[in-house]
Amino acid sequence: MNRYRYHLLVALCFLLLETALYLVFMYAPTESTMGQVQRIFYFHVASAWISFLAFFVVCAAGIVFLKTGSSEWDRLAACSAELGVLFISMVLLTGPLWAKPVWNTWWSWDARLTTSLVLWLIYVAYLMVRRYSVDPERGARFAAVFGIIGFLDVPIVYLSIRWWRTLHPSAVIAGGEGSGLAPAMWTTLMAALLAFTMLYITLLVLNYRIISLADRAQSAKQASLRRPLA
Amino acid sequence: MNFIQPIRSILLKDLLLEWRNKDILVSMLVFSLTVVVIFNFVFEPGSAEMQATVPGILWVVFIFASQLGLSRSYAREQENGLMHGLLLCPVDRSLIFTAKALGNLLFILLVEVVTLPVMTVLFDLQFHHQWPRLLLVLGLGAWGFATVGTLFSAIAANTRSREVMLPILLFPVSVPIILASIKSTSYLLSGRNVQDIDPWVRLLIAFDVIYFVVCYLLYEYVVEE
Repeated sequence: MNRYRYHLLVALCFLLLETALYLVFMYAPTESTMGQVQRIFYFHVASAWISFLAFFVVCAAGIVFLKTGSSEWDRLAACSAELGVLFISMVLLTGPLWAKPVWNTWWSWDARLTTSLVLWLIYVAYLMVRRYSVDPERGARFAAVFGIIGFLDVPIVYLSIRWWRTLHPSAVIAGGEGSGLAPAMWTTLMAALLAFTMLYITLLVLNYRIISLADRAQSAKQASLRRPLA
Repeated sequence: MNFIQPIRSILLKDLLLEWRNKDILVSMLVFSLTVVVIFNFVFEPGSAEMQATVPGILWVVFIFASQLGLSRSYAREQENGLMHGLLLCPVDRSLIFTAKALGNLLFILLVEVVTLPVMTVLFDLQFHHQWPRLLLVLGLGAWGFATVGTLFSAIAANTRSREVMLPILLFPVSVPIILASIKSTSYLLSGRNVQDIDPWVRLLIAFDVIYFVVCYLLYEYVVEE
C-alpha cells in the first residue's frame, strides 16, 4: 500500500468519526430519564463491540498462525490485541462515568462489568506473555495459545458470573421485552459503530505497518552487524 | 494399550521424584496451613460472617497452594534439561501433557485432603451428609486447575518474570472454576438442596471437559522449541 492510501484511510476515518460525533450530540434525542449523560452510551457500546471484534481477530489470527507458522498472522494478532486492550479500557472508563449519575455508584460487581474487567486482565496478560518471553519466536506461540484460550473463556466467564448475580440492563438490542431503542438512537448507534469499526481498521493498518517497519529495521541492523568490516 | 503406558511411566517418574525429596508437597501443605492461620485473623472467630466466608477461604487456600505447586513442578522439569529429555521420548506431546496434568492433579488433591480436615476442626465446618458431592466438587475444581495450570506453567516458565507470570495467566482464565467451586462448596456447607448445587457442578464439568480438550490440543505448540 502506498502512502496516499494511508492518508485516504485516515481521512475517511476522520469523516466518519466527525459524523458520529455530530449524530451523538446534535441528532440523537435526549433520553427521558437519564438525560444528557446517556449520550455516552454510543461510545460505550461501540467500544465494547469493537473490543470483542478485536479479541476475535486475536483468536482467529492465533489459530492461523499456529497452523501455518507465518509471522504476518502473529503480527496481526499482536496489533489487534493492543487495540482490543485500548477499546476495553475505554469501556471500563466510560462505564463508571455513566454509572455514577444513573446507578449512583461507580462500579457494581455485576456479570458484564466483571466480565469486562476479567477480559481486560486476560488481554493485558496476553500482551505481557508476548513482551516478557525469553525467546520471541516461542513468545509468539505462547501468545497465540493464550489468545485462543482467553477468547474461548469469555462466554464461560460471562455465563458463570451471570448466574452469580446481575444488575446491568439486559441487552438493549434483541434483549427481549421492554428493550428497544428509538429509531434516531438506533441510527446514531449504528453510525457510532461504523465509525469505531473504521477507527479500529485504521489503527490496525497503521499499527501493523509500524511493527513491520520495526521488524525490518531490526533485521537490517542484524544483517549489517554480521557483515565484515570493509 | 499404547497410550496408557507412556502416561503411566511419566506419572510414576513424577511421583517417584516427589517421593524422594517431597519439596513440592511439603511446601504446598505448610503454605496452605499458614494461609488458614492468616485468615483466622480476618474475621471474628465463630461469627456468622466467618461461616459465610469459609468456602471462599477454603478455595483461596487451594488456589494459591496449587499455583505454587504448579510452578514448582514445571521448574523441576527444567533443571538439568529434564524437559528436553522428555520431549525427545518417542511419545505424543499430548500424552506428556496428560501425564503432567494427572501428576499435578494428585498434588492438588492431596493438599485438599489434608487441608480440609484441618479446616473442619479449626472452623467447625458442617457437611450435612453431602460427602460424595463435596469430594466430587473438590476433584473437579482440582482437575480444572491442573489442566489449565499445566499448560500455563509451561508458558510462564519461559518468560522473564516466571513465578509472577503464572498467577497472572491462570487466575483470570480460571474465574469460572473459582466461581463454580466456591458457590457449590458454600451451598454444600450451608445445607442447601441438590437442585441449587447441581447447576454449578455441571458448569464445573463443562469447564473441565472444554479446557482439557483445548489444553490437550495446544500443549505441543507450547513445549515445541
